[in-house]
Amino acid sequence: MSTLVTTGVPSAQDIAGVTPPEERRARGPYATIECFQPIPCDPCHHSCRFGAIQEFEDINDIPKMDWSKCTGCALCVAACPGLAIFVVDETYSETECLIAMPYEFVPLPEKGQPVKLTDRAGIVVADGIVQRVVAGRKPAGTPVVWVSAPKRLATVVRGFILRKEG
Amino acid sequence: METGRSSCKTRIEDHPILDFPARKEVTFTWEGQELRGYEGEPIAAALHAAGIKVLHTSHKSKRPRGFFCAIGNCSSCLVVVNGVPNVRACTEKLREGMRVQRQEGTGPAPRSRE
Amino acid sequence: MAVRTTELVIIGAGPAGICAALEAASHGVKTTLVDRGEELGGQLIKQTHKFFGWHKKSAGTRGVLIAKKLAEEVLNNENITLLNSTEALGYYDDGTLLVETPRGIDRVLGDRLIVATGASERMLLFPGNDLPGVYGAGAVQTLMNVHGVRPGDSVLMIGSGNIGLIVSYQLLQAGVRVAAVVEAMPTIGGYAVHASKIRRLGVPIMTRHTIKEAYGKEQVEGAVIWELDENWNGIPGTEKDLEVDVVCLAIGLTPLAELLWQCGAEMAYIPELGGFVPLYDETMETTRKGVFVAGDVAGIEEASTAMAAGRMAGLSAARSLGKVSDLDYSRLRNEIAGELEGLRSGPASAKILSGIAKMRAMLQSVKEAAAVSEAEPANQPANQPADQPANRPAKQAASEPAKEGDLAEAGARDSEAQGNNGSKSEEAVGA
Ligand SMILES: Cc1cc2nc3c(=O)[nH]c(=O)nc-3n(C[C@H](O)[C@H](O)[C@H](O)COP(=O)(O)OP(=O)(O)OC[C@H]3O[C@@H](n4cnc5c(N)ncnc54)[C@H](O)[C@@H]3O)c2cc1C
Ligand code: SF4
Ligand code: SF4
Ligand code: FES
Repeated sequence: MSTLVTTGVPSAQDIAGVTPPEERRARGPYATIECFQPIPCDPCHHSCRFGAIQEFEDINDIPKMDWSKCTGCALCVAACPGLAIFVVDETYSETECLIAMPYEFVPLPEKGQPVKLTDRAGIVVADGIVQRVVAGRKPAGTPVVWVSAPKRLATVVRGFILRKEG
Repeated sequence: METGRSSCKTRIEDHPILDFPARKEVTFTWEGQELRGYEGEPIAAALHAAGIKVLHTSHKSKRPRGFFCAIGNCSSCLVVVNGVPNVRACTEKLREGMRVQRQEGTGPAPRSRE
Repeated sequence: MAVRTTELVIIGAGPAGICAALEAASHGVKTTLVDRGEELGGQLIKQTHKFFGWHKKSAGTRGVLIAKKLAEEVLNNENITLLNSTEALGYYDDGTLLVETPRGIDRVLGDRLIVATGASERMLLFPGNDLPGVYGAGAVQTLMNVHGVRPGDSVLMIGSGNIGLIVSYQLLQAGVRVAAVVEAMPTIGGYAVHASKIRRLGVPIMTRHTIKEAYGKEQVEGAVIWELDENWNGIPGTEKDLEVDVVCLAIGLTPLAELLWQCGAEMAYIPELGGFVPLYDETMETTRKGVFVAGDVAGIEEASTAMAAGRMAGLSAARSLGKVSDLDYSRLRNEIAGELEGLRSGPASAKILSGIAKMRAMLQSVKEAAAVSEAEPANQPANQPADQPANRPAKQAASEPAKEGDLAEAGARDSEAQGNNGSKSEEAVGA
């Protein structure tokens, strides 16, 4: 039984299945879709203007990526109702990667703000910095926040917490 | 701060999705104590915002009761309003000057209110 | 007492009732839509999250915004009369529906009736479950998402179905701490994406765990959880004391079918559909002629299916009033049936489909029995467990027997073992 259904945290195997091959990771930003169960849902496919999320034959299909078409635009990140899609750019700098995450909380962080980076269990794993905030229109939209993180944590960091003020 | 908002921390001021527009504040009493709430919100919401959760005591075992369903289904939230018992605090709207009291026991059936 | 006459009465303005009204009205049926709430939309007005489903339907749209759109369509439709803040009390043989409006009791006379009353929440037995601070998930949502009041500072969520997971997320969005989600079953009940979402935010989801007790003098001051063994018994020594001021119950919904019991529609206990449900055919008509159903009251499902089923009920009612041509009818019927089938094609719907199959088999045997002894009209609820009285009093929905191996049952055993002091279901529900 995968840890996904006992704890909510996908297993290493689950993650490996949605991470592109090394050479693609080295080429630029890519989306990774952490949606592992057949559920009646398809907005991700329709949100991608580049055809990188393959068409669904059945509404319950598990989304499949064509990474050769993905530009890392992160439109799908804001569109997915399951908040299951992230964009990772491992070419950001020598030591850091960029990770785009959906963030439906207040207050929205600001560019340049330091944050605590968390993993899929909500455990703090490193420090990071907010690099970009795409606010999304309230109430319909979902804001997308891009943070920089240590490159070695590109497949680990999937959340952040704002440092408490005062 | 905006007008017409109480500063109580149980009130949600800022929400990522929802906006709670400022409403008219009214004064009412709970067990004789003066409180403020928003006109038209359920009595239970105003009381909860003021930190009051115990709304009545059960008639069998005299145990404290609060609301449970919040939509008028379960009658767990009965209070006395302006002397009238068996008013569901979760659906009855708050009005200026209401006198609200804790109800002891269940009293007659809720529908007897006129 | 005012009397209103209309062609079609619909009780419940959730997604099912609204879509039934819009469909019927589109065929020119004069429709009266009754809801005890003030706002239109049923459960949707509390749902801040984006819904799944088909992109071309409302997938990716927040529940509150779907509600808003549906409400606008209703308000702009001249064939629909809305009676909000009005509770349906009973439906009688002469076609009278008694309703309680803010001004008093009224009668609504309609040629057809659609019951779309949705569901009510299951209660769980455990010591302290009657303390103020123990709230249903729906109540927590109503308080925080409709009225803008936080239910407390720190919450223990009972149940990891989609509702428990989604309401946990909504609590976090409202700035409330969620101490843990406990789940009696060995696996998480809801969709993994919802679970992962709150897990990423640091909320532990503890499978094979349940609440042992809630405690506090006048209201909840804390709760004890413990691990369950294979037989759903708590394991002594595994207790954890959580400092919470709210215990939120999200252990499942059961159809709110009082009006259907009361009007004599055949009912059956079908665990896959959430409890006692009416027997109904493909057109959504019950065994009581002219009375249709749709949405959660016909089986606990989703808003997407509730909307499609609502349309089907509205179409059938319009058809039986002679308002739809044969051609239009078969086209629309096939379209809606296809949509329902598509929505239910995934593994998550296997349970629903087997429940519907069971229900249809019962309906078939009831119809056959009725055909055999025409002299004896079938007015006894079909297939009732022996311990259920034939005519159950209204307002019992919330204390429905829980399905096998279900959280509720595990909890009920806990409290049996420890003596059940003042359970809420006994006093509060039977009012
Ligand atoms: C937390 C949560 C999250 C959910 N998330 C999703 C999701 O992501 N996607 C999805 O598809 N579905 C979701 N659902 C399920 C969905 O909300 C329901 O399946 C759907 O609302 C059922 O529609 P309905 O019209 O049958 O009932 P409801 O929406 O419950 O509406 C019933 C209406 O009937 C009224 N009523 C009841 N009794 C009476 C009476 N006697 N007189 C007058 N009026 C009465 C009620 O006031 C209510 O307005 C969720 C549900 C919950 C609780
Ligand atoms: S990041 Fe942009 S291009 Fe890549 S899958 Fe998402 S929407 Fe498509
Ligand atoms: S939109 Fe999100 S939740 Fe829906 S199928 Fe695509 S990835 Fe999964
Ligand atoms: S809380 Fe259930 S009727 Fe008021």
